[in-house]
Amino acid sequence: MFVETEEFAKRLEAMDESEREAAYEAVVRWFAENSSKITHHMRLAPAHTATTVRLGGGEPVVTDGPFVEGKEVVSGYAEVEVADLDEALKLARSWPACPIVEIRPAA
Amino acid sequence: MSGPDSGRGSREVLARVVREHAGRLAACLVSLLGDFSAAEDLVQDAVETALRRWPVEGVPDRPDAWLFTVARRRGLDVLRRETNYRAKLARLRWPEPGESDDRLRLIFTCCHPALSPEARIALTLRVVCGLSTAQIAAAFVVPETTVAQRLTRAKRKIAEAGIPYRIPAAEELPERLDAVLAVVYLLFNEGYLSSSGDRAEARDLADDAEWLAGLLAGLMPGEPEVAGLLALIRLHRARGAARFDSHGRLVPLAEQDRGLWDRAAIAEATALLIRTARTHRRPGPYQLQAAIVACHAEAAGFEHTDWAQILVLYDMLLAVAPSPVTRLHRAVALRYVKGPAAALAELTGLEGALSRYPLLHATRAELLRALGDTSQARLCDERALGLTANPAQQALLHQRLDLTRGEWP
Repeated sequence: MFVETEEFAKRLEAMDESEREAAYEAVVRWFAENSSKITHHMRLAPAHTATTVRLGGGEPVVTDGPFVEGKEVVSGYAEVEVADLDEALKLARSWPACPIVEIRPAA
Repeated sequence: MSGPDSGRGSREVLARVVREHAGRLAACLVSLLGDFSAAEDLVQDAVETALRRWPVEGVPDRPDAWLFTVARRRGLDVLRRETNYRAKLARLRWPEPGESDDRLRLIFTCCHPALSPEARIALTLRVVCGLSTAQIAAAFVVPETTVAQRLTRAKRKIAEAGIPYRIPAAEELPERLDAVLAVVYLLFNEGYLSSSGDRAEARDLADDAEWLAGLLAGLMPGEPEVAGLLALIRLHRARGAARFDSHGRLVPLAEQDRGLWDRAAIAEATALLIRTARTHRRPGPYQLQAAIVACHAEAAGFEHTDWAQILVLYDMLLAVAPSPVTRLHRAVALRYVKGPAAALAELTGLEGALSRYPLLHATRAELLRALGDTSQARLCDERALGLTANPAQQALLHQRLDLTRGEWP
């Protein structure tokens, strides 16, 4: 899971056209280089587009915004097929974009 | 069979015998079953049986074969439904042919950075050193259920997150080895810093740490930092007898009875350090720390300490591993090279990073006292006392405060 921070978002915003293009290219290259291990990936629209539904307490409650308001937001994910955690860690270490990557096994 | 025995001596013998064999058995069974948790349960069961029966029946002539037989019998029993495991286990003969030592893989799995630091320590003690959950709990003075939960969570994480059972690849090795050495060093500090006097029942963790460092040094002869850590631990332990007085109070280095130091052990550890430095020429934090301790250990008296050399070593250490605590220690060396005022000036820059660190305040107190400012020194000692939970440190600070009471207006 890719996690963006406020700082990272600001840095991205401050970039000029060519810098941003280079950043995107690095991501595209990462996906291309690791394509044999990546089974599926998705980038999510920014957190301000989120709507949250809370169930289980009578009527479902619909609210504007992500389920938790924080400085760190899940911005996408990639599903990878690897032998073990060390291999996943190696992939995560080479990720060129947002500063946090959470690794979880698929249940 | 050796005869049954009782008391602390035989408990130590038992612990040592178990430690020699339990890890090997665990390493073999993890490889065989491919299931860390199942293998570990079998070994733990055998260890607990041994700790129960050996004191009565005596230690068997072949403790490894004994442990294996118990673990296998238990395995064939509990793995009833896992026919795959049972078949593998039934075929296994002990001793395992090949004689390769798989414990290195075991250590790297137990010290994986994806596990919490507490879990790494508990797992290493249990799986590699063969401690029981009760022994670990006693050593860390925490409830047994806490340790049991920690171990269960760690084993689940290993299985579910896919933490591998292998020696890391070359490019990962430096970082992963650091994590392993950190566990051994933490373990050593835990055992070394606690006064052993009032905890006769507790396991000597410093002994386990030295054993682990020795095991690693044997398995990784190409890594100078492993030998450095082993030398560091041995140099500290060689002076262990002089560290506490008869009341269990910490004795400062300057006041230690150097006649109690184990000179032969110091010479041996120093030789290991020199040999390592010459062979590899790759100084690292553990080798440098050991070299500093060696300087102290080799001095015939506190007044003969080669402080200038120690200062150089601290500068090298700060270059490879900058840390405020190391800067604090360097300031102490600086006191004996350039005087207490220069050392005190160094501490000013550390106030922010180490304001909650008792040794900063205790050191400041000593420097102020050397400069004649007794009242400020007292305040600093009191500050240090409020920050430490270590009984030996508390006793030393109380003693210092008592000594200066007369001078207090």
